[in-house]
Amino acid sequence: MAKVTIDDKIIEVPDGTTILNAARMIGGDVVPPAMCYYSKLKGSGGKCRTCLVEVAAGSEKDPRPMPKLVASCSTNVMDGMVVKNKTSEKVMDARKGVVEYLLMNHPLDCPVCDQAGECNLQDLGYEHGLQKTRYEFERRTFEVQDIGDNIKLHMNRCILCYRCVYTADQITEGRVHGVMGRGDHAEISTYITKAIDNDFSGNIIDVCPVGALTDKTFRFKSRVWFTRPMLAHRNCDKCCGKTTVWLSGDDVLRVTGRKDQNGEVEEFICNTCRFDKKSLADWSIEGPSHIDKHSVISQNHYELPSDNIKRLK
Amino acid sequence: MGRKLLLEHAKVPGIRHIDTYIQHGGYRSVHKALKTMTPDEVVEEVKKSGLRGRGGAGFPTGMKWSFLAKPEGIPRYLVCNADESEPGTFKDRYLMEYLPHLLIEGMITSSYALGANTSYIYIRGEYRWVYTILVEAIAEAYAKGYLGKNILGSGFNFDLYVQPGGGAYICGEETALLESLEGKRGNPRMKPPFPAIKGLWQSPTVVNNVETIAAVVPIVNEGGDEYAKIGIGKSTGTKLISACGNIKNSGVYEIDLGLPVDEFLNSDEYCGGVANGKRLKAVIPGGSSVPIVPAGLFYKNIKGEDRLMSYESLSDGGFASGTMMGSGGFIVYDEDQCIVRNTWNLARFYNHESCGQCSPCREGTGWLVKVLDKIEHGKGATMADIDLLWDIQRRIEGNTICPLGDAAAWPVAAAIRHFRDEFEWHIKNPQLAQSKNYGLVKETVYQTV
Ligand SMILES: Cc1cc2nc3c(=O)[nH]c(=O)nc-3n(C[C@H](O)[C@H](O)[C@H](O)COP(=O)(O)O)c2cc1C
Ligand code: SF4
Ligand code: FES
Repeated sequence: MAKVTIDDKIIEVPDGTTILNAARMIGGDVVPPAMCYYSKLKGSGGKCRTCLVEVAAGSEKDPRPMPKLVASCSTNVMDGMVVKNKTSEKVMDARKGVVEYLLMNHPLDCPVCDQAGECNLQDLGYEHGLQKTRYEFERRTFEVQDIGDNIKLHMNRCILCYRCVYTADQITEGRVHGVMGRGDHAEISTYITKAIDNDFSGNIIDVCPVGALTDKTFRFKSRVWFTRPMLAHRNCDKCCGKTTVWLSGDDVLRVTGRKDQNGEVEEFICNTCRFDKKSLADWSIEGPSHIDKHSVISQNHYELPSDNIKRLK
Repeated sequence: MGRKLLLEHAKVPGIRHIDTYIQHGGYRSVHKALKTMTPDEVVEEVKKSGLRGRGGAGFPTGMKWSFLAKPEGIPRYLVCNADESEPGTFKDRYLMEYLPHLLIEGMITSSYALGANTSYIYIRGEYRWVYTILVEAIAEAYAKGYLGKNILGSGFNFDLYVQPGGGAYICGEETALLESLEGKRGNPRMKPPFPAIKGLWQSPTVVNNVETIAAVVPIVNEGGDEYAKIGIGKSTGTKLISACGNIKNSGVYEIDLGLPVDEFLNSDEYCGGVANGKRLKAVIPGGSSVPIVPAGLFYKNIKGEDRLMSYESLSDGGFASGTMMGSGGFIVYDEDQCIVRNTWNLARFYNHESCGQCSPCREGTGWLVKVLDKIEHGKGATMADIDLLWDIQRRIEGNTICPLGDAAAWPVAAAIRHFRDEFEWHIKNPQLAQSKNYGLVKETVYQTV
């Protein structure tokens, strides 16, 4: 076990836990934002740099501070480590920089983006962004592309977190999905149009932190905050069948995986559940879904299951 | 007179071929190491020599070698980094082109020391003809029994391969290189784990620069202690410097570390001074990533002491007034050169070469180019743009996965730090700056320091 202090809060965690996961165990304000790390995706993390933290003391044995900020998602805790997240000016400054970089080429087309209201980048921009952009040049643009029948890729909105790439790596044999080009002209490769012909391809929509990958069956149906998410399940021979269905009246507007408090899906679901089961009769409804903080719905009237109320205290 | 441990026979006709190379004392280190030394004894000599990595970072080679994990039953690898793509650096090319067998000899001896039975030379894609030279030389070495099974009857089996890259600077970063060598996209890996624990195909791996590996040959031949006598302080041995820019004699030189910079730049044995009777404006002494320094700070450090061509002396004063030895890509600017234009040009390079994995480097390098372009080409820049540049580079530096981000930030930071007046002049005189250069105003300022 390792005892670690994050923003003056102390927690004991198993050896080999990352700083980010230790912070998530504490919860609340000490958790750094993570735009690329996804605990269910092997190899993810390290790229977006939003989770940078300051290590003020390396460990009990070697209490020297680390010279550079480190990516909390890919740095393991040491016994006696002291980490600063929100309490570090250096971190807040660097994070502000990262947000500015991420927004620089982002189209800011939130009014017509299906992700609006549950977008990690919106939250991040709101929390750390500048009031005004200092970037005055033309933004890079790409054509919108279809990935199969049900998924749209808006490369303009992509922040190159690589989560969808790792999802594809995980659900398919061999390498079928990747990134083409380098630097600021890199793009998610679209030979996935053919390649991700897989029953679980729809999960790339759920892991995408922004509106780059969206569900075509839900396109422009409704703003998410006008829908009611309900936990639901069905007997599925391909996946766990446990989902969240997003209702408007009695219409199922979309189906997604169930997300936990970190905004990550609990389990991947299959394309049949996601794209084809759009009738209330397909589902057994368990009740209102508890909504993680990454959704505007959590801000108002929605009733929460009791275990969640405890968590929020 | 500088001695030559590496390049002594570079210009001997036919030295590319193994017979001539052997006639001039080649492959002695293989005989010596394989027949009279244990692998650990070779590592010990390298430690004693004080050799530091010649790829840029200057990390002690013996120490790096001793970090190599040696789990039972798992192969280990030595990978030679011949990706040499840093603007201003062309010493490895010279060495491989003229003395391919020196590198091969170093690879055999070093691999023996590390217990690697298979090793790779990863060579920059654009060095196509050098690749061919190496392939031919390797075939000769196999034919002579220096490569293959049971070399010189020692029981040591060793295979050596050359792999050309696709022409990406980022594949010179050691973990991107390993990814590329494995046939993947050349994205740097997250560290830890370091290559010494999990490198090529997840096996323990040492990555060394061409010159580092070549230097193992004289170290084994003459002994580590002898090697360590050359140089000054922790900068031991000889170093290859590729000199270019506004000098009389550009080319690759082998110098004893510790040579005064004045002598290197101005003596006829080396660069022969600034060309065409012009005055010196600035120098980038270690490849384009290291900070540019104005003439005054180049010759003398901030304390007024003469600077030497050594790791410590060049970095004396930190980034505020010093620079770095880097890879030894020595670039000289005379009074007619425009620092803003140069900075813009370098920024374009790093932007083009960023792998795009991490946001500060991917986005920041592009932004730097655009702002610099605006200043350089008189497109309505304001003084606030200089501060913006500073902010952008500051938030890239130290916040990225690999040091390419730092390499992109440092040239911009150093240019603003030392030549801010030139940026301001560009902004105030956008028209004039299109037809005329700022020239040299700095010189006197620093001589009084
Ligand atoms: C962007 C980047 C490019 C690099 N390019 C090279 C290169 O072309 N050749 C090289 O030897 N080292 C290069 N390096 C340094 C290597 O990562 C590594 O440190 C070096 O090969 C180690 O060898 P050494 O210890 O013998 O110097 C580069 C590093 C970075 C970050
Ligand atoms: S710093 Fe640049 S080159 Fe290095 S990993 Fe990040 S994006 Fe790639
Ligand atoms: S979440 Fe750690 S770098 Fe992206």
